Amino acid sequence: MRTYNTPPIPASEITPKALFLARRKFMQTLGSGALGALMPAALWAGEKLADVKKSAYTVPEELTPYKAVTGYNNFYEFGTGKEDPAANAGSLKTRPWTVAVEGEVHKPAVFDIDQILKMASLEERIYRMRCVEAWSMVVPWVGFSLAELIKRVEPTGNAKFVEFISLHDPEQMPGQRSSVLNWPYKEGLRMDEAMHPLTLLTVGLYGEVLPNQNGAPVRIVVPWKYGYKSAKSIVKIRFLETQPVSSWTEANPSEYGFYSNVNPEADNFRWSQAKERRIGDFFKRPTLLFNGYADEVAPLYAGMDLKKYY
Amino acid sequence: MSDKTLNDRRLTWIKTGVFLLALLPSIKLAIGACTEGLGANPIEKITRVTGYWTLTLLLITLAATPLRLLFGWYWPVRIRRMLGLFAFFYGSLHFLTYLVLDQFFDWAAIAADIVKRPYITVGFPSFMLMIPLALTSTDRMVKRLGGKHWRWLHRLIYPIAIGGVVHYAWLVKKDLTNPLAFGALLVLLFGIRLLYRFRSYRKHKRKSSGLPCQTKNVTYR
Repeated sequence: MRTYNTPPIPASEITPKALFLARRKFMQTLGSGALGALMPAALWAGEKLADVKKSAYTVPEELTPYKAVTGYNNFYEFGTGKEDPAANAGSLKTRPWTVAVEGEVHKPAVFDIDQILKMASLEERIYRMRCVEAWSMVVPWVGFSLAELIKRVEPTGNAKFVEFISLHDPEQMPGQRSSVLNWPYKEGLRMDEAMHPLTLLTVGLYGEVLPNQNGAPVRIVVPWKYGYKSAKSIVKIRFLETQPVSSWTEANPSEYGFYSNVNPEADNFRWSQAKERRIGDFFKRPTLLFNGYADEVAPLYAGMDLKKYY
Repeated sequence: MSDKTLNDRRLTWIKTGVFLLALLPSIKLAIGACTEGLGANPIEKITRVTGYWTLTLLLITLAATPLRLLFGWYWPVRIRRMLGLFAFFYGSLHFLTYLVLDQFFDWAAIAADIVKRPYITVGFPSFMLMIPLALTSTDRMVKRLGGKHWRWLHRLIYPIAIGGVVHYAWLVKKDLTNPLAFGALLVLLFGIRLLYRFRSYRKHKRKSSGLPCQTKNVTYR
């Protein structure tokens, strides 16, 4: 009878020796005492997240390569070009980081990012991501349902909407030195949308800590809406009785509505939404209503005119 | 450079240099396409780069006359045909990228775009208008049409350039910096023309002492 078990460690989990030594050297140069104690368990972009479960939320489509997911996106806080976030997001400091939750809740709170990381078990969810500019990706996000956080703050009966407010700091976010949008970036959801299990409070992608350019350290992912609805680098979550105004709606109300559900029938001024180009594909593919999540989310909008409430 | 005395050899050098410079963006695109160097969305990249250079070369073409008026340089006018043809070259690449790579001959989608997407509604005819200009760019065509008709036809470059800037401005989602920069340059180039036209009109009026002014023989292109 075996008296011990060797835990199976896949080779990919073992830190290469060079990296291991480099880390030691790094810690040594920090000085063993005070400085080291200040940054004990901080997780940095690119580091593997531990204990991530595979989720049933997945799509039978090829993942968009890591390089494209982290190298091509919109994050106007770091510039209006799609390669700007990857180039400029290095100046974002993701520790220390807190998220204030306030408004129509019984238990307002200020959560430290490390508290949020331990709030619920982390899941990997493979979602489609559809940009209003008619391109799309498939991304393995890591996080947990936003509902987990919402339950902890106990919204009051008056809470009808949730507003997400992103960091406003032109020092860290050079794109905010331009007034291309009215900073800080604000987004919002109806309460039932925010509570929907698909709505993901996201802390990682591809099994790693969220890279800065993708909205570190914590963001929302709402897969059935256009990408801009998924607020990044969130510092405040407010529960409201009245519908908040999103940044893009404020900038151009006729083009970007509050709902912004993916809808191939409802064209934008600039883009037909009937088709999309999946990054990496040559041929465009038809866009699906609610980005393919109609079975899960269509009931939220029963009886609503989706063209009126765009 | 005192280019009134510019000899043919120097002009040849300038022409060759400008030719190579104008070709460079397309070479860079071709190399990028072969080495996966065009980023995550190569079709968008090609569309953007070719569109940018179409507009840039249109404005450079339109700068030839103002440069002559302001500084008395004639060499830009002498390489203007080449510049205009390069604008057409990039415009064609831009249009073909849309037709083949972006839409892949989806005529229904293209027709819908022309009718419903304002930036394409204005961009499509702007490109189409470049075709007769490219076709009549040879010396033979100038002779065949006669200078007067030819000049009249080639004033189409004004609406083409305005259309190009509007096309760009309507395409961008929010950041209007680049379209506005192109627009400001265009206004400047038109402004210089108008200013000189106005001045020559006054000069004529003085010379012809009250007689109806005759500006029709003076061409400021």
